[in-house]
Amino acid sequence: MTAPHTFDHERYWRRTITRILVLLAVWLLVGPVMSILFVEPLNRFSIGGVPFGFWMGQQGSIYVFVALIFVNAWLADRQDREFDVHETPETTRQVVGEH
Amino acid sequence: MGIQEWTYVMVGLTFALYIGIAVVTRVKTTAGFYVAGQGVGAVANGMATAADWMSAASFISMAGSIAFMGYDGAVYLMGWTGGYVLLALLLAPFLRKFGKYTVPDFVGDRYYSSTARVVAVVAAIFVSFTYVAGQMRGVGIVFSRFLGVSIEVGVTIGMVLVAFYAVLGGMKGVTYTQIAQYMVLIFAYLAPAIAIAFLLTNNPFPQAAIGEILPKLNQITVDLGLTHYARAFTELSMLNVLFITIALMVGTAGLPHVIVRFYTVRSVAAARWSAGWALLFIAILYTTAPTIAIFAKYVILRDLAGQPMAAVQAVPWVQNWTETGLIKLQDVNGNGIADAPELFGSKGPPEVTAAIDRDIIVLATPEIARLAPWLIALVAAGGLAAALSTASGLLIVISSAIAHDIYGQLVNPAADDRRRLLVGRITTTVAVVVAGYFGINPPGFVAEVVAFAFGLAAASFFPVIILGIFWKRATKQGAIAGMVTGLAFTVAVIAMIRAPQIFGAGAPVIKDFFGINAQGVGTVGMFLNFAVMWVVSLLTPPPPAEVQAMVEGIRYPRVMRPAGTFNPTHGQPGV
Repeated sequence: MTAPHTFDHERYWRRTITRILVLLAVWLLVGPVMSILFVEPLNRFSIGGVPFGFWMGQQGSIYVFVALIFVNAWLADRQDREFDVHETPETTRQVVGEH
Repeated sequence: MGIQEWTYVMVGLTFALYIGIAVVTRVKTTAGFYVAGQGVGAVANGMATAADWMSAASFISMAGSIAFMGYDGAVYLMGWTGGYVLLALLLAPFLRKFGKYTVPDFVGDRYYSSTARVVAVVAAIFVSFTYVAGQMRGVGIVFSRFLGVSIEVGVTIGMVLVAFYAVLGGMKGVTYTQIAQYMVLIFAYLAPAIAIAFLLTNNPFPQAAIGEILPKLNQITVDLGLTHYARAFTELSMLNVLFITIALMVGTAGLPHVIVRFYTVRSVAAARWSAGWALLFIAILYTTAPTIAIFAKYVILRDLAGQPMAAVQAVPWVQNWTETGLIKLQDVNGNGIADAPELFGSKGPPEVTAAIDRDIIVLATPEIARLAPWLIALVAAGGLAAALSTASGLLIVISSAIAHDIYGQLVNPAADDRRRLLVGRITTTVAVVVAGYFGINPPGFVAEVVAFAFGLAAASFFPVIILGIFWKRATKQGAIAGMVTGLAFTVAVIAMIRAPQIFGAGAPVIKDFFGINAQGVGTVGMFLNFAVMWVVSLLTPPPPAEVQAMVEGIRYPRVMRPAGTFNPTHGQPGV
């Protein structure tokens, strides 16, 4: 079992929450706000021949969702290393050797 | 070789592949059976999750629904992808750190209550069974359309195959067959889209080619008397688009068979990355579906609308699909011409039923795009891959709910691993048979209830899990009250709105809930659940110290509460 490890758990958790809230704000902006509430005004612009609001709802929002998840994973990895709480091969052993 | 012969070949080859994988991945322990030994890599898990997610409905029906709904089809596109952001940020890494096997595991342990566990089991079984009956039905339908066998035979073949690799390999077998199924279904889906994009615009990238075709489609829909394709809120009000999209997104993050996929990866970090890979693989199909909708509708309107009925009926792909009953041409206004409203329907006046079934959009596009017969046949294999992959994931949830959550944790906790494994295998077999039975004899409301499974998941599981992770003060009474309220409210309102479809009533008891239709009601149920949980938790004693320590512990990938010794092990049973 790992020896007790001191790190500023409150600061870590605050960073986690901030990161989550910022990314969720983008999610909210791209999904409900741009693609639903403001789709009609946004349709006055177009992207590659497609009305922009329409494009956001049927294509663009999905691309942003994918990006958000990868950005989160990358930022979280960086944060884990910074606080030295990231997993190591010893702590991610498979449950049983032969399954 | 004709299309039907090629279909037998394609289906036979892909099925042989799944059986081979099942044999190679057979498991010997419950860890293998329920969570694939927790050794699955992030990319592989992402691909399996994508296949698990994309059901027969995603593959066959979604593009068609979008073709008919225009912009408002975005509810399905955003609704069925946006939830993965919620999963990745709010659930997956924490549940993986928690490390057990199922969603009821988390609910039972976090809320220190067997009652909460049982409520969660009931909800999980209800949600998953309705979903899986729909999938088995989808398997039967694909078989009957493509291979000319009856739906009963089709469902039975599907059942036997799924039983084989689920019972033998459990979650491990299911995971690796899902990976194979993803490759089949994505190839079968993309090829026609790329072909038709190229045919129409000389641009093989469907997502780019729509720039040229969408303006033409907008124009032609208006010219022919249909609603402008890209205009928003022509089929659903903005309120409904909002509430349905949210219900689908949040429901995604509350579906047991999706959540459980994040128990199978090898680490907390892998859980976060895996969600990204899953959505990437899903997005490949989901950004292509609306392009297929645009191309197919455009081609059909351009080539068939306004032509004499006799000429339309003579078109080869129209003839083929008329034989299957998916096209029913009718000259409603008696002018001898296939008018656009007769093809795609009109809400009136007068109200005209569409000659074209929505499923045509995906099923017939390969023929419209003049693809080779073997590629057309691959679409059948793709549709089956989609249905089987989802069905198998659901069956693991159902069997684990009974064999692990009820039997293993409550009825006989002293049982050894071999016995638990045996019970798991038996329940999986029984679940397959029951699901197959409902696939053959679907209760009249199956298609309705599958969509509502999302609303139910949103109203029952999502709030309970989210607050369980982020709010130490959430108590067992709060969770039970919240789950029951959310479920009861959502089920009641849906039953009242859909009384004719579910109970055969003469008319709905209420038309909608303050303008929100049955698909969006789950969002309201979710808010109710949150509110009830908050109030009841504050009125009841706080959770015991060990539970609060556990909640703290799942926040940090490697270590626990800094001063404490509690350590939820990475998936060891019985701790």
